Amino acid sequence: MEAHAAPAEHHHGPPAAHVSSRIDARVLGMLLFIGSEIMLFGSFFTAYFFVRVVNHYPWPPHGQQLPVFVAGINTAILVTSSFTMHWAQTSIKKGNRAGLQAGLALTFFMGLTFLLTQIAEYARIGFSPSDNAFTTIFFSLTGLHGMHVFVGLTLLLFATIRSFRGHFSPEHHHGVEIPGIYWHFVDVMWIVVYTTVYIL
Amino acid sequence: MAERRTWNPLRSEQEAFELVVGAIAYFGAIALAAGLGGLWAGLAVFLVLTVAGIAWFVNRNRRPEPKAPMGSRATPEDEHRVLVVANETVAGRALHDAVRRSTVGRPSHVLVVSPALNSPLRHFVSDEDGARAAAQARLGRSLHALADAGIDAHGEVGDADPLQAIEDALRTFGADEIIISTHPLGRSNWLEKGIVSGAQQRFTVPITHVVVDLDAERSTADAPTTTA
Repeated sequence: MEAHAAPAEHHHGPPAAHVSSRIDARVLGMLLFIGSEIMLFGSFFTAYFFVRVVNHYPWPPHGQQLPVFVAGINTAILVTSSFTMHWAQTSIKKGNRAGLQAGLALTFFMGLTFLLTQIAEYARIGFSPSDNAFTTIFFSLTGLHGMHVFVGLTLLLFATIRSFRGHFSPEHHHGVEIPGIYWHFVDVMWIVVYTTVYIL
Repeated sequence: MAERRTWNPLRSEQEAFELVVGAIAYFGAIALAAGLGGLWAGLAVFLVLTVAGIAWFVNRNRRPEPKAPMGSRATPEDEHRVLVVANETVAGRALHDAVRRSTVGRPSHVLVVSPALNSPLRHFVSDEDGARAAAQARLGRSLHALADAGIDAHGEVGDADPLQAIEDALRTFGADEIIISTHPLGRSNWLEKGIVSGAQQRFTVPITHVVVDLDAERSTADAPTTTA
């Protein structure tokens, strides 16, 4: 006896949900995440402005120095990494895999340099978080940002490895786009932190 | 001409990068002014740049560039195709009369599109199930009302934006004429948003605007009839 099997169309799970035609769910997730991040940073900046502006706390207190020059060099490195990130993104859009790989690798190593330099500065800065309100807020703000750089570096590491394994194409590069948005956000937050804490 | 989207630095890497460049210019200028001219110079630059930035953002997003006028896909020569876009007004007599005038005496095909109207918040978070279910229910009643009026039509639920719903329909259905039905001026949200004039600019297909006053039709229907 011959068995006839109809070509089976396997269906797994429930039907696809209706979604907005304008906002990609992954981009929406990133948007909500960064919204919560802005609120987190906002609470730290509120403490900073409260101590410095409302209470007229001397900034930095007498006898304590901020490493403005080294942090400036570090800022330049981080800002440059945004440009290499953008280069990586535009490269994959044009199908230039070498540009993608070089851009991601450069971005990763510049981010790593920023983080290691910041850790080295912490070791030799000469004050600790528990000394006074200034040092507490300084370490809180820059440390919070440092943790975000670490998360960004993790995302970049995955994207870089994937790029060397042949992933991503001009049509499909969400795995580069999302870490790129995050990295630029981390960069903008550092520009705000550096300007307000170190410069002004 | 491509439509200009609302600038959103969280939507794409390109826009996030533009935010980085903007932040460098913004904070760089403030720091430079404060360093060279002191606190008040820094504050002045901060205020000027902040106001200018807000004005640029609002102005850019208020006046999006219009899309290039769009036609319909090809339609059969021996058939008159009518695309009806309506929501609550689809049961109106004025609309039925307009559709009948358009289709009488020739082979016709009528497609009713019911936009899945949604609140901005629900739309933003992709919560469209309720809106689509409501639109589907409205569409069912509409097709039933049209059938009662002797008009053979089929329908589909469209995008929440009526113009986008028309564009979507024209890509698959193709139409020789578009009929947009709205409430009267003053009660119509679509007229307030310029949907009809927007459609006339955006599509090359002839557009008929039908105003349906459901209250007036209802009161006429309820009025006692006098017999001779």
